Amino acid sequence: MLAAMLIVFREVLEAGLVVGIVLAATEGIAGRLRWIGAGVAAGAFGAGLLALFAGDLSNSLSGQGQEYFNAVVLLLAVTMLGWHHLWMADHGRELAAQLKQLGSEIGAGRASLFAMAMVVALAILREGAEVVLFLYGIVAASHEGPLALLLGGLGGLALGVAVAFVLYRGLVAIPIKRLFQVTEVLLTVLAAGLAGQALAILAGIGAVPTLGDQVWDTSWALRDDTLVGRALHALIGYSDRPPGIQLIAYGLTLTAFVAGGRLVHRAHDRRRSQQLSRS
Amino acid sequence: MSVRRTAFLWLVLVGALAFGWAGAGEAAPAGPIVLTIKSHRFEPSEIAAPAGQRLMIQVRNLDATPEEFESYDFKVEKIVVSRGTITVLVGPLKPGLYKFFGDYNPDQAKGVLRVGPPSGRK
Repeated sequence: MLAAMLIVFREVLEAGLVVGIVLAATEGIAGRLRWIGAGVAAGAFGAGLLALFAGDLSNSLSGQGQEYFNAVVLLLAVTMLGWHHLWMADHGRELAAQLKQLGSEIGAGRASLFAMAMVVALAILREGAEVVLFLYGIVAASHEGPLALLLGGLGGLALGVAVAFVLYRGLVAIPIKRLFQVTEVLLTVLAAGLAGQALAILAGIGAVPTLGDQVWDTSWALRDDTLVGRALHALIGYSDRPPGIQLIAYGLTLTAFVAGGRLVHRAHDRRRSQQLSRS
Repeated sequence: MSVRRTAFLWLVLVGALAFGWAGAGEAAPAGPIVLTIKSHRFEPSEIAAPAGQRLMIQVRNLDATPEEFESYDFKVEKIVVSRGTITVLVGPLKPGLYKFFGDYNPDQAKGVLRVGPPSGRK
């Protein structure tokens, strides 16, 4: 039962961390719970479908269907995070100012809510399919006392949800003026980590060059298989033995987000000052 | 900090690395190492391979339940459905011991890949 709990918890943890950050990043925006709830539901539904067709997916694209699928899901999440990031660079400060003044929910950024819901759905799709398959395995091998294992699985799920909630509460304790700055930094490193993972997967099947295997080895200090290692893997894309292409993808995504955000920010300021001088 | 300069530096870095890769060329993987999963155990549970080579590992799941072939040491995470077969590419690796396991039955499904010194240079 404890083993089942740990296995499920490890999978749920990664998605849970993403949900926690997304909840904080959309704090105070009207209708966000509906959007994110829809993202969770869509992700869970997709995970069920994915588990059902795991065999077909596995056999597709000369046995590399799983890898291509995972890479596409990861890169789609990066795109959504990029969209949201640019939108926030344009509107983030006004959003924070309005929230501070009104102290209540405001209607803003349908597009950014869609992007955030997609990020949640994709995270749950990825990790959820593994949970579903694991639980299916327990039910199929019914001689091992499936009830206790199922309970353990549910316990793991609850524990993962609890982590998401604690992370969210911790983040929204930050004053609203700073909150979005913090969440944008978190979402940016999250995106860089996901892009790195996607390219590492593609390098694993030889679709792209590795550009150096095991560029460094920090497994003596922090291994990927520890809980801390896994959490950092999900949050900032940590890897104890990354291939070169993972680092390149990481750095490029980070640069693109920071540079893109800065360009949008600057254009926004220029527009503002023009408006002000005209009036 | 100039955005343009950063972008330029990245272009140079990626270009240089791609050039280096094209020059080095990738060795084709050797024949597959075959693993079977039966009653949630790997057979064989210990495999060996030379260092500095791309390896191909084939995993056949004979059980009625799905399994996830996983290794943090050589970075593989792939689902093997019931009665299914998967193939993964690994490495090239440095000499050492690399653990792998079945994520759905981590207590029973355990194995190790022993990577020896590079072949052809004894």
